[in-house]
Amino acid sequence: MHHVVLERWSRGASPLHRRDPRAKLIALLVFLVVLATAQRSLPALSLALLFLLLGTLRWAGLPIVGALSRACVVLPFTAVFAAVASISGDPARGLSLLLKSYLSALAVLLVVSTTTLPVLLRGLETAGAPRFLLMVAQFLYRYLFVISEEAQHMAKSAASRGASVRGLAGSGARFRAAAGALAVLFARSYGRAEQIHRAMLARGFGGHFHPLFELHFQVRDAVFALLGSLAPVLVRFAVERAL
Amino acid sequence: MTTPLIEVRDLHFQYDDGTVALRGVSFRLEPGETVALLGANGSGKTTFVLHLNGLLGGKGCVNVCGMEVEAKNYEAVRRKIGMVFQDSESQLFMPTVVEDVAFGPLNHGIDAHEATHRATAALERVGMSAAADKAPYHLSAGEKKRVAIAGILAMEPEILVLDEPTTFLDPIGQRGLAELLANLPQAKIVVTHDIPFARAICNRAVFFQNGTIAAEGPVEEVVARFGWDFALEPAKFHR
Repeated sequence: MHHVVLERWSRGASPLHRRDPRAKLIALLVFLVVLATAQRSLPALSLALLFLLLGTLRWAGLPIVGALSRACVVLPFTAVFAAVASISGDPARGLSLLLKSYLSALAVLLVVSTTTLPVLLRGLETAGAPRFLLMVAQFLYRYLFVISEEAQHMAKSAASRGASVRGLAGSGARFRAAAGALAVLFARSYGRAEQIHRAMLARGFGGHFHPLFELHFQVRDAVFALLGSLAPVLVRFAVERAL
Repeated sequence: MTTPLIEVRDLHFQYDDGTVALRGVSFRLEPGETVALLGANGSGKTTFVLHLNGLLGGKGCVNVCGMEVEAKNYEAVRRKIGMVFQDSESQLFMPTVVEDVAFGPLNHGIDAHEATHRATAALERVGMSAAADKAPYHLSAGEKKRVAIAGILAMEPEILVLDEPTTFLDPIGQRGLAELLANLPQAKIVVTHDIPFARAICNRAVFFQNGTIAAEGPVEEVVARFGWDFALEPAKFHR
């Protein structure tokens, strides 16, 4: 699964892995703003920003091909909007959507791949992100794997009794079976949520997660945040001046 | 007569769908005891133990370490009783093993440094120190069970309640768990269908039937009385 690979990557030991998550989040935010607000010379700017990200991936010791391919996960979604924009006579907007979404995903992937989830969530919490959302993200991340495994077991069980989800459109019975399986999965997830809540209460949960560790924002983190924020700004400035 | 750690008198409970799960259960747990709760599926064993720390609330009197189990005492009662649930997957919800084990102590106001110390010691006790920084979903079923027990031990409770602890464990894992539990000093309540496991670690058994306690006494006597002391004879089922 994607998140298992990302978790393995996030436990690396590069200088980027050691930076405070808030420093990385500041640099990420600036990168996204620089990219989102770019209008002129977008293909050239995208290429330059891609090289910037590739350099950072290499610095972090992450597999470049693996990261590039995983960032493609956003393309099916944006490709639909890009196609609509192109068909309606604005291919430049379609291309812009594709480039911006792909580079944004790659930049987010870079931060997620160099920061373990507990540290990232702690960074977001101290940066003021709503605690409730962070809690939901934490549970989603933890149990996505479990729910996915349950779904795979159900699919195997169905297959062993001769069922198949292929050709859903052509078979009402298959569609009903798949819908039923989805309902069972939902009910099981609900049941598991109740079990988790009981287990939390049994260990004294009072509605607030207490962190086991504190983050320390050091001078080198501040330097990284500054340089990491300046880099995309300077790249854009240079590209726009050159073209 | 010693003061019991747990005293339950005439406990009744009915679920929202109308199912009557407990019909006047009375029970005592003495210090140092390990008691097996036996009985068929749906006989009320798990419903009963969920009353011991206030996760369910029925009619009757439940007293733990001298405290009535009611809303104002939940926090104190939950410090005294550590509950290991049947499905460890639901008990291990934090991103890493060490954070999960420290979850209980942190909730009880222990500072992060001491909580880490307790978590490390508890993991060492169950032989899972090497997994401290792992994510729980990377562990095997037996390892998850051990980490779930460590999460309870880190709270330093006086009573351990284990619901079907041998579920999902292979024979080696079951033996390891029996050895681990036998060496823990706390009084224990073990909900189980696993008779050899109950024989190995429990000195008393309580048999649930239709929401009541039908019998209690030494494990051998109770299982013999209800015909649970059989072993499947392969030849009987061969064609």
